[in-house]
Amino acid sequence: MQTLALAPWLVATPSLGAAILLLAGRRTDRWGHWVGVLASAATFVVGLVMLLDMFGMAPEERVAHHTVGTWVDAGALHVDLGFQIDPLSMTFVMLVTFVGTLIHVYSVAYMSHDLDRRRFFAYLNLFVAAMLLLVLADSYLVLFVGWEGVGLASFLLIGFWDHERVNAVAGKKAFVMNRVGDMGLLVAMMLMLATFGAVDFETVIGASAQGAPGASQAVMIAIGLMLLLAACGKSAQFPLQAWLGDAMAGPTPVSALIHAATMVTAGVYLLVRSGPVLEAAPDAQLVVAIVGAVTLLFGAIVGCAKDDIKKTLAASTMSQIGYMMLAAGLGPVGYAFAIFHLITHGFFKAGLFLGAGSVMHAMGDTVDMRRFGGLARLLPVTTITMGLGWLAILGVPPFSGFYSKDKIIEAAFMGEGWRPWVFGFAALLGAGITAYYMSRLFFMTFAGRRRWASDGPDAPHPHEAPALMVWPMIVLAVGSAGLGFALNVGDGFVHWLEPVVGHTEHHEPVLPVWLLIALTLVLVVLGAALAFRQYAMSAVPTTPPHAHALVRAARVDLHQDDVNEALVMRPGQYLTRALVYSDRTAVDAGWLGLAGGIGRFGDRLRRLQSGYVRQYAAQTLGGLAVIAVVVWLLSGQVG
Amino acid sequence: MELTNYLGLAAILFAIGSATVLLRRNSIVVFMGIELMLNATNLVLVTFARMHGDITGQLLAFFVMVVAAAEVVVGLAIIITIFRARRSASVDDVNLLQS
Repeated sequence: MQTLALAPWLVATPSLGAAILLLAGRRTDRWGHWVGVLASAATFVVGLVMLLDMFGMAPEERVAHHTVGTWVDAGALHVDLGFQIDPLSMTFVMLVTFVGTLIHVYSVAYMSHDLDRRRFFAYLNLFVAAMLLLVLADSYLVLFVGWEGVGLASFLLIGFWDHERVNAVAGKKAFVMNRVGDMGLLVAMMLMLATFGAVDFETVIGASAQGAPGASQAVMIAIGLMLLLAACGKSAQFPLQAWLGDAMAGPTPVSALIHAATMVTAGVYLLVRSGPVLEAAPDAQLVVAIVGAVTLLFGAIVGCAKDDIKKTLAASTMSQIGYMMLAAGLGPVGYAFAIFHLITHGFFKAGLFLGAGSVMHAMGDTVDMRRFGGLARLLPVTTITMGLGWLAILGVPPFSGFYSKDKIIEAAFMGEGWRPWVFGFAALLGAGITAYYMSRLFFMTFAGRRRWASDGPDAPHPHEAPALMVWPMIVLAVGSAGLGFALNVGDGFVHWLEPVVGHTEHHEPVLPVWLLIALTLVLVVLGAALAFRQYAMSAVPTTPPHAHALVRAARVDLHQDDVNEALVMRPGQYLTRALVYSDRTAVDAGWLGLAGGIGRFGDRLRRLQSGYVRQYAAQTLGGLAVIAVVVWLLSGQVG
Repeated sequence: MELTNYLGLAAILFAIGSATVLLRRNSIVVFMGIELMLNATNLVLVTFARMHGDITGQLLAFFVMVVAAAEVVVGLAIIITIFRARRSASVDDVNLLQS
């Protein structure tokens, strides 16, 4: 591959942008955002050149390494700073840089009134650099650098408006919960070092693909579960899902780029990349699928009850990533569809978030959907672009989601025993609920009667966003509409990924495919129709009405924070308090007592120094007498 | 005459000297007590030199005398300086170096 040497530039270009913006400081305030856009766009161009080069090669030649140099060389441990260039990583490069550049452009307008816009773009560039390092790494250790980098960028951007305490707290919550997952990745790497003696993909995945000779099943399960823990933290999967809703405290472009399209899907990337490791531990793989199924229902249920437009989308993101996790947990039959859904989701969810940002822009930063309504006539472009995203996430043919999500549902119905029935129906049910809550969001925002105050000093004057915001939305909407179909022509995307995820024989689901498609569509139409009846036909109350227990639970994210506080936070606090107490009363008291005793002893000893010469003389004489007696006694014994 | 009698005399002299140092307050007298103890020691050295027929003891006695002479010079100078400063020759008044 001739363009392989360009790989480091994919990471270096946005890093350079971030460095310029952060180091040059306020001097770049006036034009700094364009530096950010330029860095992101240049990275996209570099990626595109490499992608076109890759298209020209035979499929088996498309997997390549580019080693920059040795990073760690310490005895048995040798890690190169290397890049893995293959169809999977290039797919991510394209997603991150293309969607990233669009969101950079959108942010120029969205953040135009913010005094810190330059810093915002510096962080965005930092994020792009870290995300590209994550997907291009050829070892778990280099991946981990990117993994931590995106976590840092996420933290900085969630708490971007940190003058308000709630935003800073949300950033910290995301960071702390991500750290829990990061521990999983660290432990997984340590286990890999102990088992395989290396952390690069070639060794670890190569050995796993041959059934991991020399590694016990227990170790492989442990590695698999630790990788899953890492993925759960980064991708907001059950039980580490609680941070994603709060992460919506960040500016909307951040939610679109980091908490919808790219960073939160890093967990799926990790698991698909580590596919053979999980296949060597079928029990861990089953847990992956279970976590995916649980999260997809969890997110969907929460999404149904939220009134905050961004938090609804966050719950939806969680649920859609649950689909990807489920697919990744199904084994080789699901890998390609997990990535396929990841790509289409990256487009339609980023589009939906940018649409939500446009609505907020129009409504004076209101996020309460109960205060929207009837915006379709005032925001026609936003309505159409969000409408396309809505149809895509519903999985209505021929929009993107139909090709990716239905394939996952189909794959979930494959296999033997109880699994296809449980996973299949969970995925099917999730599709119906998704249709309900996304239609609820769409109808509450754009249909029905207007529910915002139309006069008074604080009344919003809804207007369409400026061109810099509208065009990225249009491009993403086109992607939402057509990308699924384009990638699905002749199973193109699945074949494209084959050099990485391997070729799988076609399996038949336990139910016929046509029946599954029909069932999915029936459920989707039912869900959408129910939402239409509730939120478009009848009036929507501006305050949340009293509802039954499940809705009340869903409004507070199924009590996720209460559970975390009761199970982890408070016991942790008690533990630390007990440790501090025992440290003070046992350890400190012991040492302080010893020191005090020595001090008191010295105090007594000091009284011997009276300053009277005659007393010293007497002491000397007494000592002499004692020595004389001792010598005399000893000599008597010897003699 | 028995040489051991000299040792007895030396012991008596040493006892008188040490008692003087311990019991008297006047620094000049204390100083004299010290001289007495040094001379008792000299006597022991000379006696043992005689008993063993070894000249080393006598030699050592000369060293002690020289050092004692030097010590007297320095010691008396200190005592006079202190007396000038505090109008007192009592060793119990000089107790600044205490805890």
